[in-house]
Amino acid sequence: MLKRTFLAATGLALGLTMVTGAFAADPLKIVYIGKNTGNPYFDSITGGFEDACKSLGCEFQFVAPATAEATSQIPFIEAQIQRGVNVIAIAPNSPDALNQVLDSAKAKGILVLTVNGDLVGNEGHRDATILPVDFTKTGPNQVELMGSLIGYKGEIAILSATTEAPDQNTWIAAMNKTLVEDAKYKDMKLVATVYGDDQPEKSTTEMEALLSNFPNLVGVIAPTTVGVAAAAQVVQSRGIADKVHVTGLGLPSEMRDFVKDGTVTAFQLWSPYNEGWLAAHFAVGVIGGTIKNEVGSTFEVPTLGTIKIEEKNAMNTQAELTTFDASNIDNFNF
Amino acid sequence: MSFLATLFRRREAGIAVMIVLFCLAVGIAKPQFLTLDQMRIILLLTPLIMIGAMGQMMVIVARHVDLSIGSTLGVSAMVSGMLYRFDATWLGFDVPWWTGIPLSIVVGALLGLANGVLIQLFRLPAIIVTLGTLSLYRGLTFIISNAKQIDRQWIPSELKGLSQTSPILGIPWIIFIAFGIAILTYVFLMHTRLGRQVYAIGSNPVAAPLRGINVTQVTLLVFTLSGALAGLAGILYASRWGFVNPSNTGSGFEFQVIAAVVIGGVSINGGVGTVLGTVLGVLLLGCVAAALPLLGIPGTSQAAIYGAVILIALLIDRTVRQQGIASLRRARA
Amino acid sequence: MSAIETQPAVQDAAPARPRWQVLLVRPETMTFVLLVLGIFAGGLLSPFFLDINYILKSFTLYAEFAIVALVLTMVIIGGEIDLSPAANMALSACIFAWLQQAGVPIPVAVLIGLASGLVMGTINGLMVIGLQLPSIIVTIGTLTLYRGLAQIIAGDKSIRVPEWFIGVDRIMVAGIPLPVVIFIALAIGLGVVLGGTIFGRQIYQIGTNEVAARHAGIRSARIKFGLFLLVGIVASIAGIMTASRLGSVRYDLGLGGELQMVLMAMLGGTYIFGGRGTILGTFLAAWLLVIVSTGMIVANVLPAVQLVVLGSLLIVSIIATNFIYSRTQR
Repeated sequence: MLKRTFLAATGLALGLTMVTGAFAADPLKIVYIGKNTGNPYFDSITGGFEDACKSLGCEFQFVAPATAEATSQIPFIEAQIQRGVNVIAIAPNSPDALNQVLDSAKAKGILVLTVNGDLVGNEGHRDATILPVDFTKTGPNQVELMGSLIGYKGEIAILSATTEAPDQNTWIAAMNKTLVEDAKYKDMKLVATVYGDDQPEKSTTEMEALLSNFPNLVGVIAPTTVGVAAAAQVVQSRGIADKVHVTGLGLPSEMRDFVKDGTVTAFQLWSPYNEGWLAAHFAVGVIGGTIKNEVGSTFEVPTLGTIKIEEKNAMNTQAELTTFDASNIDNFNF
Repeated sequence: MSFLATLFRRREAGIAVMIVLFCLAVGIAKPQFLTLDQMRIILLLTPLIMIGAMGQMMVIVARHVDLSIGSTLGVSAMVSGMLYRFDATWLGFDVPWWTGIPLSIVVGALLGLANGVLIQLFRLPAIIVTLGTLSLYRGLTFIISNAKQIDRQWIPSELKGLSQTSPILGIPWIIFIAFGIAILTYVFLMHTRLGRQVYAIGSNPVAAPLRGINVTQVTLLVFTLSGALAGLAGILYASRWGFVNPSNTGSGFEFQVIAAVVIGGVSINGGVGTVLGTVLGVLLLGCVAAALPLLGIPGTSQAAIYGAVILIALLIDRTVRQQGIASLRRARA
Repeated sequence: MSAIETQPAVQDAAPARPRWQVLLVRPETMTFVLLVLGIFAGGLLSPFFLDINYILKSFTLYAEFAIVALVLTMVIIGGEIDLSPAANMALSACIFAWLQQAGVPIPVAVLIGLASGLVMGTINGLMVIGLQLPSIIVTIGTLTLYRGLAQIIAGDKSIRVPEWFIGVDRIMVAGIPLPVVIFIALAIGLGVVLGGTIFGRQIYQIGTNEVAARHAGIRSARIKFGLFLLVGIVASIAGIMTASRLGSVRYDLGLGGELQMVLMAMLGGTYIFGGRGTILGTFLAAWLLVIVSTGMIVANVLPAVQLVVLGSLLIVSIIATNFIYSRTQR
């Protein structure tokens, strides 16, 4: 492993030392910094980057710290600046602790993209963001899926990630709003929102507590991959799948067994692969001058069609969430 | 001295009383806490910690400490997970589902033995060696797995069944395994020569070799056992949670286990500690963990509560010890 | 262990060794050699590594831990350990950030943050020295408690600090970032105190044999309490420096930092059971750690390999330290 990296590094170095002014001749170097290593979600995003770079002729590398705490990505960003990459794409571990180091990357002329997570409230410290869907859709989509599973009637609860997780909180607010405002859901009652901190142990105990505290519960929405798997496992081991319906946002690879044995009827997500695919195409286009990174401009991406740059330089890979159930889950391998 | 006074000087009685009072207090606020169903939940929270705590207890009684067990758990679970993911059809037969159990135990035992060798043969402090192997073994987990998670679909359903199906009374296998390990540990420590020697080297490491105890052999044994039990906890992690992740699996396990052991009255100065105390320590942690979400206490306060529980246990331990010394003095006078 | 815990200084009857030999068998020499090797290896691994500005900049990411490690070295030499300073950093930073967000003027918030560090040091000191509890378990407990309290105060939200307060690492003193300057200055100061004053020698004596030290009239309880207070206050300074470097504070600030700090002290040849070690050793070890971590990160080496290398370094360094000390005993 070490040897291979070493060879790669020297090879790269030879390439770099010769050029400093002639960027055009040199392949574009893109790095994606994940939240942490060993997170299956990022394997799929990385796959999108790799395939795009194969067809576009850029160099791609994935790096990530061992843990996902707020500051663990900083040395990695510093190192990539030092390496002289052209594009830093990152799934930020903190909405604001990276501001300074990302600014110094931008000052060096590096294109800074956030992929699959944004610097909420600090958008000025990156150039653009690539998100899987318009996150205002997530809440209503999930409520509709839950409603269809329980016949639009009964007590439901939400099992989320951490209390301050910005994405989840946006979605939960939208779910609440949808439940209150849309008459279609007037018989569905949200009785509790609990937080499993994206840890399997904690999510499991929270799920068990939900079932004890609310014996009439008919459904649980878990808009986080760890939470939905933990909730499904509790339901599976208690054998109450016909009484309590679990849905949420999950990875097909983690949920496949639950769908096959009937514990979970359906759940949703987007394609992480397409995020990487879009990010690479966007980066190459912007640096090559074929895409203008301005709100309102549009460009074409193979297989995704026309992409429009929305407010705050945000792009989405798909309009609505993908729903996975027994009929289609085998078509997805991430 | 009256029977009652002796009973209350016993550490185990103190923890048992704490557990009862705690459960009653929670039960008053939330009656559903005092149900059989809730007991099942509490029990299901504890088996991994209990198995790890048995190993850690032996190590601490021998006046060492093993900080690496979380990473040992990770490596052993990962090795078995990779075996399950490995396509062995060309071998001509399927790998039976239970292969992971001995495999993980052996891997864990080897890693534990490595700790023991470094500590005993190089005469190094256990806390630093295992701090080093905590990091080293975690790195190993990433390297052997190429930083890829073993997903649910690869873990055999029979293995997952150990945490879900029950031989009797609706109590899953995994809980019987944990209590079985506790009983075996009790028999080993109380009724075998080697077991007594663990206490001997812990209470007085200088005197032990003079009494003909092979300190090297006993030390290597406790670290190997601690590793093997962490390995067993590793395969049961795969059973309980249905996946093995290179970074999450077992991380922080050492803190939970040490907390349980210390609360259970095992003295960090070696030579003192019982299986019963440790079991009660584990159960108390389980009760706290199950009660917090029921009471609606946010996860953010959990760490502070754990910290406070450890410090309170230390204070109680000290008070009990001082009373013991005082009563000894009185008896002598 | 008692046999090898006698001070070399006591054996004044033995003939003096040649100076080069004395230097060669010091554990700091090993750290220094590893440091030189690390720089070479880093240069070989990546052509982007050998850039003094980059290395200095990277050092600022570890400077807060390194500063605390210097004081921690003195605690370990005194025969105790403190695993709570990283949690202390987080809690004092959270208290500071929370107060300034609530409208308390920054200087007052800083003072309260520092005071909280002092309180945390006092709690550790009271439990370890006042109640005679083992420091390793006490500080594992307070480590969990302090970080838990930080989590209660800040939730898992991050709290911004005002723009003008951000960037202690951007202030340059003669081309060197301020945190690095503070680290160097503190290392010189503590090095003089530990190596050249009676107070410093007393710390070594306490760590070597506390009972004997007390019989010799050294106020060991007072000195050890003072050291815990010092760690407390320095950790809170480090916490507020981190807040200024990051521009925001979250409860997980400095998570796992206790390992880095202990690693720095051990790599520098400090003996875990007390009585031995130098500030110079920790000073060199801090650079070694930064060189090794940065060298691997800039070469895109898997973080897993970094974990293995750091773990092995720790074990190798204590084997070497033990070996050196047992040699010098003869």
